[in-house]
Amino acid sequence: MSKPILTVKQLTKRYGSNTVFENIDLTVNEGDTIVIIGPSGTGKSTLLRCLNLLTKPDGGQIWLDDQEITAKGTDEDHVRQHIGMVFQNFLLFNHLTALENVKLGLVRVKHMPEKEAETKALEELARVGLADRAGHYPGQLSGGQQQRVGIARALAMDPRVMLFDEPTSALDPELIGEVLEVMRKLALEGMTMVVVTHEMGFAREVADRIIFMEKGSIVEEGSPDALFYHPKFERTREFLWKITELYGKKEAQA
Amino acid sequence: MDFSRFIQYIASGTAYTLGVTLIALPSGLLIGLVLAFVAVYGGKLAGKIMDVYSTVLRGIPPIVLLFILYFMMSGAINLSPFWAGSISLGIISSAYQLEIFRGAILSVSGEQMMAARAVGMSKIQAIRYVVLPQMIRLAIPSWSNEAAIVIKDSSLVYAIGVPEILRRAQLISASTQEPFLAYITAALIYFALVFITNRVLGRVERKLTIPANP
Repeated sequence: MSKPILTVKQLTKRYGSNTVFENIDLTVNEGDTIVIIGPSGTGKSTLLRCLNLLTKPDGGQIWLDDQEITAKGTDEDHVRQHIGMVFQNFLLFNHLTALENVKLGLVRVKHMPEKEAETKALEELARVGLADRAGHYPGQLSGGQQQRVGIARALAMDPRVMLFDEPTSALDPELIGEVLEVMRKLALEGMTMVVVTHEMGFAREVADRIIFMEKGSIVEEGSPDALFYHPKFERTREFLWKITELYGKKEAQA
Repeated sequence: MDFSRFIQYIASGTAYTLGVTLIALPSGLLIGLVLAFVAVYGGKLAGKIMDVYSTVLRGIPPIVLLFILYFMMSGAINLSPFWAGSISLGIISSAYQLEIFRGAILSVSGEQMMAARAVGMSKIQAIRYVVLPQMIRLAIPSWSNEAAIVIKDSSLVYAIGVPEILRRAQLISASTQEPFLAYITAALIYFALVFITNRVLGRVERKLTIPANP
C-alpha cells in the first residue's frame, strides 16, 4: 500500500452565496496520476488552487504527507515549495529567460548557491527537452515550449506532488503533443500528479484514477477502464464520450 | 547689456531648474512607488487612503499647492524657498507617479503574483523579483511624460523667489525691456531639457525591452 501524499477531507469553497464545491474527499497516493475531468465551471481549477493554498478553502482539511496544511499557523510559502503548479496560461516570468525562470525559485526560495542553481535549472530544462532554449525569453518561445519551461520551473523545486491546471488548453493543437509527452514521461518516472484536463487520450493512457466532477461535487471516480466502459452513472458515460469525440480529433493531430 | 551676457544671465538659472527637478522627480518617484505598492497590496483601507491622497493632490492646480505646501514648510521648519519648493513639487508629482505605478503594478500583478507564490515565494519576494522588474518597464513611457511635466513645473518655484530660468527671464525682461528675447531664451532652455530627458528615457526603455518574437 503506497502512502498518501495529499489527503483532502470535506473540502468546501464558496464565493459569497455561490458554492464552488462542497465536501470533496480525495486521496492522492505516492506515484499516482490522478486526472480530474468535468464540464467547465465545476470548480476543478479552484479545487486545484485550494490544494496549494493559492485560494483559501472555506471548510475541510488538507494534509500534505502528515502535516495538516489547512491548520492555523501553517507556513503557506513553505507548503507551496513542495507542491508544484503548472498553469493553463503558462505564467512564466516574462522578464526572465527560460533558465532564469527555473532558477529563480531555487535561488530565492531554496537559497541554493548561484552555480548550483544554474546547474540544476539546466538539468530541469534538459528534462523537458529545452536545454538549447535556456537563454530565450518567454516571448521568444512557442506556447508548447513555454509550458514545458513552466513544468521545469515547478519540477526544479523537487515537489512532493505536481498540480496541472488544464496545461494544454491554451495551446494550438500541434503543440499539445510535446507537453503531454513530458507529462507522460513524468508519470512513468513515478511523479505524483493531479491533472485537470480535457485530454481523454492522456487520461486513459496515463491516469491511475479518473475523477469526474460536476457542479461542485465528485460524481464518480475510478480507473480509466471502469469510467470509460463501466460507469455507474449515465451522466459519466455521456460526458466522457462527448469530450472524447470533441478532443479526440485534436489528439490525433497532435 | 550685451547679448551673450543677457543669455548667460538667464541660462545660469538652469542650475536651479535642474536642482529643483533632481530633487522633486526622485522624491516623487520614491513616494509614488511606495504608495503605489501600499495602494495595491496594502488592503482596502490603505487603498482608500491612497485614493484620497491622489485625488486631492491631482485636483488642485500645482501652483496653489506649491504655495500651500511652501508656507506650511517654511513656517514650520524654516526651509529655504529652494528646498521647500523642490519638496513641494516632489509631493505633487508623487500623486501622479502613484497613479502611473499603480496602473503598471495592476497590469503585471494578479497572475504573475500567483505564479511567484506557487513557487513558494513570499509576497515581498514576489513583489521584489517578479512584479517590480516588470512594472518598472511598463511604467517608463508614462513616467518620462511625468518627468517632462516636472521639468516644466519646476518653473513654478519662480513664484516663491527661486532664481531659476523663468525668474531670471522675468527680471531681465523688466530691466532691459526685451521680454520677447528673454522668454524665448527661457523657452528654448526648457525645451532642450525636456527633449534630452525624453531621448535618454527612450533609450533606457529600449534597453530594458524584453526580447520577443514579432
